[in-house]
Amino acid sequence: MRLPLQWLGVAPFFIFALMFLILPAFYLVVGAFQNAQGEFTFDNIIGLFQPSIIAAYWISIRISLASALIGALAGLAIAIAVVRGGLPRWVRSTTMTFSGVASNFAGVPLAFAFLATLGRLGLVTIFLRDWFGVNIYALGFNILSFWGLTLTYLFFQIPLMVVIITPAIDGLKKEWGEAAATLGATQFQYWRWVAIPVLWPSFLGTVILLFANSFGAIATAYALTGSSLNIVPILLYAQIRGDVLQDPHLGYALAFGMIVVTGLANIFYIWFRIRSERWLR
Amino acid sequence: MKRSRIWSWVTFALGAAYFFIPLIATVEFSLRMRRGEYSLDAYRVVLADPRFQQTFLYSTVVAVFTILIGVLLVVPTAYWIRLRMPRIRPVVEFITLLPLIIPAIVIVFGYIRMYGSSSPLPFLATNRGADALLMIGYATLALPYMYRAVDTGLRTIDVRTLTEAAQIHGAGWTTIIARIILPNVLIAVLSGAFLTFAIVIGEFTMASLLNRPAFGPYLQNIGANRAYEPAALAVIAFAITWGCMSVIQVLSRFAPKSANNTN
Repeated sequence: MRLPLQWLGVAPFFIFALMFLILPAFYLVVGAFQNAQGEFTFDNIIGLFQPSIIAAYWISIRISLASALIGALAGLAIAIAVVRGGLPRWVRSTTMTFSGVASNFAGVPLAFAFLATLGRLGLVTIFLRDWFGVNIYALGFNILSFWGLTLTYLFFQIPLMVVIITPAIDGLKKEWGEAAATLGATQFQYWRWVAIPVLWPSFLGTVILLFANSFGAIATAYALTGSSLNIVPILLYAQIRGDVLQDPHLGYALAFGMIVVTGLANIFYIWFRIRSERWLR
Repeated sequence: MKRSRIWSWVTFALGAAYFFIPLIATVEFSLRMRRGEYSLDAYRVVLADPRFQQTFLYSTVVAVFTILIGVLLVVPTAYWIRLRMPRIRPVVEFITLLPLIIPAIVIVFGYIRMYGSSSPLPFLATNRGADALLMIGYATLALPYMYRAVDTGLRTIDVRTLTEAAQIHGAGWTTIIARIILPNVLIAVLSGAFLTFAIVIGEFTMASLLNRPAFGPYLQNIGANRAYEPAALAVIAFAITWGCMSVIQVLSRFAPKSANNTN
């Protein structure tokens, strides 16, 4: 009779997770495959494939992908420069501290910061107009757009990359560089044949994590664009608020689609992380 | 080697520019409220706004309860798993990572459907219930960070020996967790707590969809209706995040580094 008593210790956790994490998501997933009479149907899923919803998913995926890829590359470059670039120690510690802060600075205030920077009256907008005669809004830039949102998301994506990838760069052993140099490799060859292959799985894994991170984000986009940019979380928000799709079960399908996208992303992430950990022991 | 160092500086400088220009712009914008000169008017208006005070207080109280729920949930669980059930650890770890897979907006959507006023568990029928549901929702959002912080803390102490020593002296489970384990992982718990605070204080999605008078929806409302106050609020929010992260940094200096056991 030892087993049940042992499980008692973790029961509160499992009950909590079931009630407030797993069942609520499960409820929506089930609802996505039911019609108003509670019968099983694929109609809601098929309903997702209407132009406006497809467009919402597509722009969400594009923004998440762009901010994840650019964020990952920029973050990797900064992390390599700071860890391996021969810069003074304070640069590294300052960068790490700042990255910790900036990766958590998201949501509504981040939107305010970028409106103050690149909005119509933002500092950079006015600076470019008054000093260089470049009116970025006349050139077609808009903070309430694909690139505006991507640029804003980078503010938490880049630091998150720096925080996650730095341990991997630290894991590049000095001996590997020395061994490569002993065998006559140039710096380029070392990076091309040793460092990048070792970093590759962590890099891809983190790209996927960044993707999921921005795919589910809503507060920044909502505060920045109101409901003018039709991304999935904003559509879902409007649906929860006022049933704009006029079909509750289509709303469930929308939520289900989000879980599928971030779920797939995370499966890839876990797979890449397992691969990358081989080298970091 | 010289040339690569120049490139490092260039990369660092570009990164620094991307991150500092918006911060400078925000500070500058927040000072522009009075025409023709810099002033702190926007801050004065914001801080004097009773809705700012109410919503900020509300979110602070919610954050404190969220942290309590998180600690009560995570510390005993992580302890028990290290002590008795290491085999189910991957399962528990996976569950704690679920909030990163299921977006917050989906979780709260599920709550609204499951715990509405006509459901068997009508959390949303009363204001108190909705408050409780918000705290619970935040506790799930913070779960990945809280669990990881506490589990890292537990790794640095010898759970088994401490437990056996306490049991020999006649301590029960509550005493062991509250008076032996918790003080030993206090620094880790506090790190998790401050991170939770930073996440929760300005959270928008859940608070807004549960119709709670929290700081996040207030921020959004000001953003939609005012010009200079949002910038001042952004500066305040950045300062809060910075403060929380600094505390975590300072705390991490006191944390024990090496594990003195092998499990």
